[in-house]
Amino acid sequence: MIGEARIPDRPTSRTTIRRAFGRAIVSMVGLGAVLLAWEASVSLWSIPLYVLPAPTVIALQIERDWALLARHLQPTLLEAVGGFVIGNLIATGLAATFVYAPPLSRMLYPVAIGLRTIPIVAITPLLVVWLGNGYAPKIAIAALISFFPTLVNMSRGFASPSPDQLELMHALAASHWQVFRLVRWPASLPYLFASLKIAATSSVLGAIVAEWIGSDRGLGYLIVAATFEYRVARLWATIAVSTALALAAFLTVVAFERLAIPWRSEDHE
Amino acid sequence: MNPRVGNHSQLSGYERSGGHAIPSRDALQFRDCYLTFPPKGGREVQAVAGLTLSVGDGEFVAIVGPSGCGKSTALRLVTGLLVPDRGEVTVLGTSPDQARRKRLGGVVFQDPALLPWRTVRENVGLPLEVAGVSRSNRSEPVDRAISQVGLSGFEDSLPDQLSGGMRQRCALARCLTSEPRFILMDEPFSAVDELTRDRLNIELLNVWARTRAAILFVTHSIEEAVFLADRVVVVSRRPARVVSEFPIPLVRPRPLSLKRDPETFNIVSRIRLALEEASR
Repeated sequence: MIGEARIPDRPTSRTTIRRAFGRAIVSMVGLGAVLLAWEASVSLWSIPLYVLPAPTVIALQIERDWALLARHLQPTLLEAVGGFVIGNLIATGLAATFVYAPPLSRMLYPVAIGLRTIPIVAITPLLVVWLGNGYAPKIAIAALISFFPTLVNMSRGFASPSPDQLELMHALAASHWQVFRLVRWPASLPYLFASLKIAATSSVLGAIVAEWIGSDRGLGYLIVAATFEYRVARLWATIAVSTALALAAFLTVVAFERLAIPWRSEDHE
Repeated sequence: MNPRVGNHSQLSGYERSGGHAIPSRDALQFRDCYLTFPPKGGREVQAVAGLTLSVGDGEFVAIVGPSGCGKSTALRLVTGLLVPDRGEVTVLGTSPDQARRKRLGGVVFQDPALLPWRTVRENVGLPLEVAGVSRSNRSEPVDRAISQVGLSGFEDSLPDQLSGGMRQRCALARCLTSEPRFILMDEPFSAVDELTRDRLNIELLNVWARTRAAILFVTHSIEEAVFLADRVVVVSRRPARVVSEFPIPLVRPRPLSLKRDPETFNIVSRIRLALEEASR
């Protein structure tokens, strides 16, 4: 259904690519400038390693610790992706039922907001008690973090078709399912991707925070271990890898967004 | 000047090309309809009171009235979105709900209500898709409807890439694909510029001449109503009911120059007078 919405001869597609390329270069220049300033400051004021290591030091450390980092990256990735998928699926399903059962939405929305306000750090130990020390509590935390923005956004997204579009579907004698499949679902996709972009990074952070509390593997565990062992360079290397993971998750969602909603991808930046 | 009540039975004797016309039977009929909306914060609103109106088979009827007078409500009584408290609406001899399920009619709103993620072809094919017509069986009627409204060559464009007038053409094509026996139009051309509107008026008349569907056309432009319709119905302020009817004796087919014709101007003035009275 979504695949049908293609742009065969959009005259702007080439300029769009060029513009996106230009934007990417500008972003790289910004990042490069920050790294350069960082490197320069560290050597200029000879900032000690335990306060702030230079980017080059961190890069070297990443290279040295590569096998270790890769080993601990795996569980974090699994937890983040698992939580991302589960949290968003439940949120989207719940938002869809809210559209057709407004009283249910009034009943459950406060519960959802209540869930949101619970500090993650506080419930993680509880989840460890309930779900054990394996992947489950970390996936649960990542899911919980992904859940809320998607619920809010998709509730709005499913309600976003105009009254005229819905009246048209009524006049066409469309079934509830057809209205959902042909109008509400495609109309909600921009909202879905807006929240998926938030969830992509926050599910990674959620998994890492959950690993702090009780774990013997994962990037979160590595951060805690490196801190206790005063391995400052390794701590920063782990932070850099965590950031790269979150960024990669974000960019993956952006790539899917371009595929799924080409009719919106231009005015969406 | 006393408006004559239109005798439309002579106008409904057109032969439909499809051959399924039932002469002298009304396509749409409102019989003494009343509808009051439940109070929303304030007091309840009576939208329609004693509305009696009929549209003959193949007839083109335009409704003019003060803004917010419940004209759109009248159209919603035909699609079955609203049900009168009292009175009856008959659509091609059956109930509005039945007519909708049998997909006998088409609608065009002021907002074209296109789905922005669908191409022109996919938008125009929507009614057939909803009706369960397979993709291969959709293409022929869809292409025909697109060429009827002059959108050939834009089949793969997205709504965002079209002008306002083209979007409204697309909406018109969408309502034509299911070969409707009646078409409801709610101020369809009020958002486009004057010249585009003129062109769309002509094309609508061409489409109507070809399909012979009955049309109930709501507008707040008296000129447009007179130029298009067989009969113009003036509706009162809320609650809406018919104040007067004017048969339009202009020749058909109507050339655009008719819009500048003294005879047209004369009829428009008479209707304007009636409308002013109705708005008081």
